[in-house]
Amino acid sequence: MSSVQETSGLAAESYLTEHTVGSWLLTTDHKRIAILYLVSIVFFFAIAAVAAAMMRVSLLWPDGRLVLPETYNKLFTIHGVLMVWFFLIPSIPAVLGNFVIPMMIGARDVAFPKLNLLSWYLFMLGGAFVVYSVIVGGVDTGWTFYTPYSTTFANPNVITMVAGVFVAGFGSILTGLNFIVTIHKMRAPGMTWFRLPLFIWSLYSTSLILVLATPVLAITLLAISVERIWGLGIFDPNLGGDPVLFQHMFWFYSHPAVYIMILPGMGVVSELITCFSRKKIFGYYFIAFSSVAIAVVGFLVWGHHMFVSSQSMYAGMVFSILSFIVAVPSAIKVFNWTATLYKGSITFETPMLYALAFIGLFTIGGLTGLFLAAMAVDVQLHDTYFVIAHFHYIMVGGMVTGFMGGLHYWWPKISGRMYPELLGRIAAVVTFVGFNLTFFPLFVLGYLGQPRRYHSYPPEFHIFHVLSTAGASILGIGYLMPLIYLVWSARYGERAPANPWGATGLEWRTPSPPPRDNFEETPLVTDDPYDYSAIEAELIDQTGLR
Amino acid sequence: MPEVHPGTAHQFETAEQQRDADIIGMWTFLATEVMFFGGLIMCYTFARFTYPQAFQAASHRLYVIYGGPNTAILLCSSFTMALAVRAAQMGQRKSLVTCLALTVLFGLAFLTVKGFEYHTDFVEHLVPRWDFKWQGAEARHAELFFWLYFTLTGLHAVHVTIGIVVLATLAIMAWRGRLSSDLPIEISGLYWHFVDIVWVFLFPLLYLVGHR
Amino acid sequence: MTSPRTYISTFIALMALLAATVGAAYIDLGQLNLPIAMVISIAKTLLIVLFFMHVRHSSRVTWIFAAAGFFWLLILLCLAMADYATRPWTSVPPF
Repeated sequence: MSSVQETSGLAAESYLTEHTVGSWLLTTDHKRIAILYLVSIVFFFAIAAVAAAMMRVSLLWPDGRLVLPETYNKLFTIHGVLMVWFFLIPSIPAVLGNFVIPMMIGARDVAFPKLNLLSWYLFMLGGAFVVYSVIVGGVDTGWTFYTPYSTTFANPNVITMVAGVFVAGFGSILTGLNFIVTIHKMRAPGMTWFRLPLFIWSLYSTSLILVLATPVLAITLLAISVERIWGLGIFDPNLGGDPVLFQHMFWFYSHPAVYIMILPGMGVVSELITCFSRKKIFGYYFIAFSSVAIAVVGFLVWGHHMFVSSQSMYAGMVFSILSFIVAVPSAIKVFNWTATLYKGSITFETPMLYALAFIGLFTIGGLTGLFLAAMAVDVQLHDTYFVIAHFHYIMVGGMVTGFMGGLHYWWPKISGRMYPELLGRIAAVVTFVGFNLTFFPLFVLGYLGQPRRYHSYPPEFHIFHVLSTAGASILGIGYLMPLIYLVWSARYGERAPANPWGATGLEWRTPSPPPRDNFEETPLVTDDPYDYSAIEAELIDQTGLR
Repeated sequence: MPEVHPGTAHQFETAEQQRDADIIGMWTFLATEVMFFGGLIMCYTFARFTYPQAFQAASHRLYVIYGGPNTAILLCSSFTMALAVRAAQMGQRKSLVTCLALTVLFGLAFLTVKGFEYHTDFVEHLVPRWDFKWQGAEARHAELFFWLYFTLTGLHAVHVTIGIVVLATLAIMAWRGRLSSDLPIEISGLYWHFVDIVWVFLFPLLYLVGHR
Repeated sequence: MTSPRTYISTFIALMALLAATVGAAYIDLGQLNLPIAMVISIAKTLLIVLFFMHVRHSSRVTWIFAAAGFFWLLILLCLAMADYATRPWTSVPPF
């Protein structure tokens, strides 16, 4: 338990008090910027989800009669582009990270608040370009923009879409830069590296990737734009270039990008598991170092996306072994979370339901990744539905689940209100059922041989698609419910105390919602994180605050 | 609220914390720049490895008489920049303004030489897609070299220009006595030295392929 | 605080290395021309980073940040070139 001035009751004035549009759009308060991001990513998620719904409905007919093949291609392209760059990558870092990091380390704000606001504007500008490219006809290259199709034969909208991703990428670089400097330099007195909550370790590792990988994506996108516009380039065989070089550079960023997408979710889970088992995390150092290990080793495995691309088999072997190795730190986390649960006093509030779902679903996703890391198996499974199922188990079953868990957990702090608990639990269960029904059949489909990104398929695969689409409709309900009740609760929910969960962590020592500068006085940290035995004792003493 | 030095931004506790944060912030940004240029270096590495003869022949069409002195000019500018930072730290306003002005002048000299050089390249039909003419084998691969040459040096020139604008602004502010701290000079210095380092690599990679 | 003498020595060393770069380029060293040019460039970079950019007197964190970018670029170059360099080992014709 940190020996910090307890701020009692509810703040009459908080960071939410000022209402003007200007105070929101010109804010440099990390908490408001987090909310700006939250609203925007929900918007982009909605568009991408509609694209997914259209695909799933179209796939109810084996002959794919509902949409033109080219339209189907445009749908999976916009789904991928928006989900990856405009939902998943910003989700936990730019929303929960922005909101919580300064409070967790005892700071007033991030190191560079104006750069923080700039990052949101870059994000929005990029998003505008991408949405515009869809309005004027769409792009059908897939979110991976493989050459020479994207540089030679695709329609010119590809340049607009790529420009959008380029601009948004700089926004994400600024976020990563901000977090790195904040975590290094703005920790409160006594908050040593090994007293930091594991959420911070995860976001620090994420930020390393953001800063080192994204610039390579930027230059690659610039190169394909130059090639598309002027026919000058390094990726077209006619000009002496190599399309596989594009894949090397693209995946050098995009593989670490998937760790940008999952590491923050893992950070959230570490917080939730300890809080809702009322127990110190098992293996703090292992989890902390495994986050950094994932970030570093994650840069060494990109060739596993290219096993069948004509890449040298010897390079493939190296990438394959490294891909097996990168699974180890993730597994270490899963073991440690499980060990934390063991003999804990587990309760099943909504955030915990999401955290438990994460552990199971992420494990399935991760294990199926190992199937793909084995070159011989990958030859069979590459570009099939197996890959789609694998990454959706990690991205949706893992990351989105982690995001929902974190959002519910910190909602009282963000909004000052409690969400309706019963509805929260129901939505979590509905999401879990819907998710598995949507994506598990896709593993079977892929194993049986259906390629991905096909708008039509042989009739014998029909049943799997029907199951998947049924699951998707349930999943949609599971995501719609929180959208509705969270917005409702922001206005009408029960007022939240400073620490509704009885959790450790400096962010719970401020009122809900917090004042503009987070703390009355800079906290002084003297204890290790997750000291739940001590907090239990103190909460019994101070029942008046519960 | 603890007393904070008046020049310190409100999110920081002390001026020293702000200084440390700004410096590692700039180093982090420089790391992103290394990776940004690095992507093009990757393209260069692939192309040179694959077409060594064409690259050597193309490289020999560049003029060391432009590239060599330009490298020297940038190294001089780094020298004057380092002296400027020192002058700022010592509070020597006149030295600071002089050194910053010299750095800016060296930067402008670099861009001027580059401008003449680009003009020469254009006249000699070495600009890709713009009346590009190549005598000899592997015209396509030579054109690839020149695409990389213009993109790398062009991107570098953009960075030099940004640096010049920043340093000129700081020089004017220093001259008017508006600079209250040496921190902006030090941070800009880091950026400027980085731009120099990029050129230190570009010069041999572009102008000195194989032996002459 | 670095003395002007250090800056002057560094500057002279840099100019000498520049002369070496140009000089070495006019000698036929076959395969060695590239590695030698790169070693000289790295030497110049170290001088600029350590002395002009003050990393010599900075904290370890700064030193690690400065090294990280270059190290990461090496990852990209080495692993990607591992593909191109080993393609001839297989029966696939080189690119």
